Amino acid sequence: MTKLITRRSVIAAGAAAGTLTTLPISMVRLAFGGTREDFSFTYISDSHIQQIKGASFVRNWDMGLKRAVAEANLIIPEADFVMFGGDLAQLGKKEELDHGGEMLSHLKGKLHVVMGEHDYYLDLGEYWTKLYGPHWYSFDHKGVHFVVLNSIITTDEWTFHRWPTAEQRMLEMAGLDNPNGSPFMVGEKQRAWLKDDLDKVSKDTPLIVFSHSPLQKIYKGWNFWTDDAEQVQALLQPFKTVNVIYGHVHQIQYNQIGNISFNAVMATAWPWPYPDTYAQAGAHVPVLTVPMNRADPFFERDATGWQMIDVSSGRVTARYQLWDNQERVVAYDPKLGKPVDKRYQEAIVRKAPQLHY
Amino acid sequence: MRISQVRKSVERALVALPLAALLVADWAMAEPLGLPKVPIPADNPQSPEKVALGDKLFHDARFSIDGAVSCSTCHNDKKAFTDSPLRVSEGHHKLTGTRNAPTVVNAAYYTSQFWDGRSPSLEDQSQHPMVNPVEMGLPDHEPVLKIVREDPAYIEGFKKAFGKSGRDVTMDEVKKAIASFERTIVSGDSPFDKWYFGGDRNAISDQAKRGFDIYIGQGRCVSCHVIEQTQALFTDNRFHNIGVGINRIQDDVPRLAAEFLKAKAAGASVDKTVLADPKVSELGRFAVTNSFDEIGAFKTTTLRNIAMTAPYMHDGSLKTLKDVVKHYNEGGKSPGDPWPVNPYLSGGIRPLDLKDQQIDDLVAFLETLTSPAYVTAQTK
Repeated sequence: MTKLITRRSVIAAGAAAGTLTTLPISMVRLAFGGTREDFSFTYISDSHIQQIKGASFVRNWDMGLKRAVAEANLIIPEADFVMFGGDLAQLGKKEELDHGGEMLSHLKGKLHVVMGEHDYYLDLGEYWTKLYGPHWYSFDHKGVHFVVLNSIITTDEWTFHRWPTAEQRMLEMAGLDNPNGSPFMVGEKQRAWLKDDLDKVSKDTPLIVFSHSPLQKIYKGWNFWTDDAEQVQALLQPFKTVNVIYGHVHQIQYNQIGNISFNAVMATAWPWPYPDTYAQAGAHVPVLTVPMNRADPFFERDATGWQMIDVSSGRVTARYQLWDNQERVVAYDPKLGKPVDKRYQEAIVRKAPQLHY
Repeated sequence: MRISQVRKSVERALVALPLAALLVADWAMAEPLGLPKVPIPADNPQSPEKVALGDKLFHDARFSIDGAVSCSTCHNDKKAFTDSPLRVSEGHHKLTGTRNAPTVVNAAYYTSQFWDGRSPSLEDQSQHPMVNPVEMGLPDHEPVLKIVREDPAYIEGFKKAFGKSGRDVTMDEVKKAIASFERTIVSGDSPFDKWYFGGDRNAISDQAKRGFDIYIGQGRCVSCHVIEQTQALFTDNRFHNIGVGINRIQDDVPRLAAEFLKAKAAGASVDKTVLADPKVSELGRFAVTNSFDEIGAFKTTTLRNIAMTAPYMHDGSLKTLKDVVKHYNEGGKSPGDPWPVNPYLSGGIRPLDLKDQQIDDLVAFLETLTSPAYVTAQTK
């Protein structure tokens, strides 16, 4: 649950800082001095606005995005900017992008948008570009270098030469465990741009990279995957402090590969389960090819939500605002050198599960 | 035989045993059909003396600034312990607050009190209306203590119930006595209970049985207004934004929330603020927890005796049970409302697509939840 945090309550909380939703800048010790300072931004992702027909849209997905926008606007003090992590639309339609865009327009503050495959594969991002501009770019904010990538492109053969219609191409890419699908990638052209962009940045500057798909390989069947992830990672590794934040997976994930910390964000639309490859033992459940609708089927917002991202000393703390559920916090632990979930810790500090009944 | 019947017969057998201790613990009542044992706090055991004292306190109008308002003014015995048909309660000098008086009947089972749950127990709850500016209006609890320490009947009553007198009688004893009395106001044995737990096939009509199917199915009512295998409290003791009140003020939420939190941090009383300001009142549970998840959320009330306690919802804004069902049927707004559903709406609320006949059936089911004691409540 999210609590509105005021300056006063932060003062009252005193040393308990770190468990709070937002830290007013004035209260934060500047760990790395110079021109950098700590700040927060909000992150909303994967709204999958879906047109039924005409002015009729799927209510459930509408309500998720509306709620995220309304709550993000209540944060005190206001976040520095808002990220939208991709998949604003379900099938890339102009109507869907417009309807979702209208909801996003109510957000206070500057909005940055990441391209998702559901926004892209109908018209290859043409209408999206009119609304949100270039597919990849970088910007600097309070001493941190931010990079936005389009990580959901795939081979030219698949994109341009395989499908009789744009609609079918969109549907094929939207499918899960679809043998007709194709793995995502950042691609050679964009990697070359990234290399040029990063060449101009000091290796001490913290990096935060936004992509839609994970820039790591988790599960190919659902494109929890970027085919050239290793090559992208290689461009990022020389930097001391790197964070990659991605959507697409509709669940909390975190990982550390070398210098790169990974955080996934929640969807406002629906949650995905853990992919098969992560199962610790055979699950013996039917192969899941339909959405796990939600953890508590009564509350359609359960297991969805949005995030506050605090940036402190260039490290990311992701505060998951989970509706009808408990807030979770994933923060970089400098001792362990990787992100950890504040509630679900290392095995040795967890309470033992019940093994007998 | 249903599990409930097994449990009942086991309990009857136990009560029949000559176990004095058990009988003392159970002196108040065997719980009615459809209800579990009333939870009794360890530090406030029931006794006949304490209940009688609480009864007297509950009905004493001297605990108000104008000597005209008692607990029972808004929780009237003859009106199923509400002030139906008032929309919101009237306090001293006919001042009105912002909320509809919830019934005391079965309030003993709630895990928190008031529409926004701002009070953790019946004991705690009982002290607040006395000093709320729009309810009983006392400046503090001193006038109450003066009366209970000096009135001969109360001196006798507190002696019997607590073995205390003079300055040893404090608000702690007053609160405990009122709560003990309220814990005796429980009521099951409705036609629904007789049908569902008692196995009497003819206890409710065919229309009401169809309504029950909607209640647990397409209507999605049972997810919050809980019915269990052996009992039915008709509440999940949680808080939900169902689009009542909050829809109207949704555009004001950013300002109201910020201003309210600022005032609260500066020491403003939640109890006084939410009853004084109709807009702040609509923030609901958020005023207590500061949680976004509970903006505009109010407690799931019991549905027992609901047919006798119109009007409905925390603000008394819906006149009939049919209006209530229609509000849910539209997914959290009433037909004709000029405003859309608010963005903070509970994820459990969505359009139900019930037809007119189904709505009538569901209302017929809700009308089977009236206990014999309240069939003749004077609330119409």
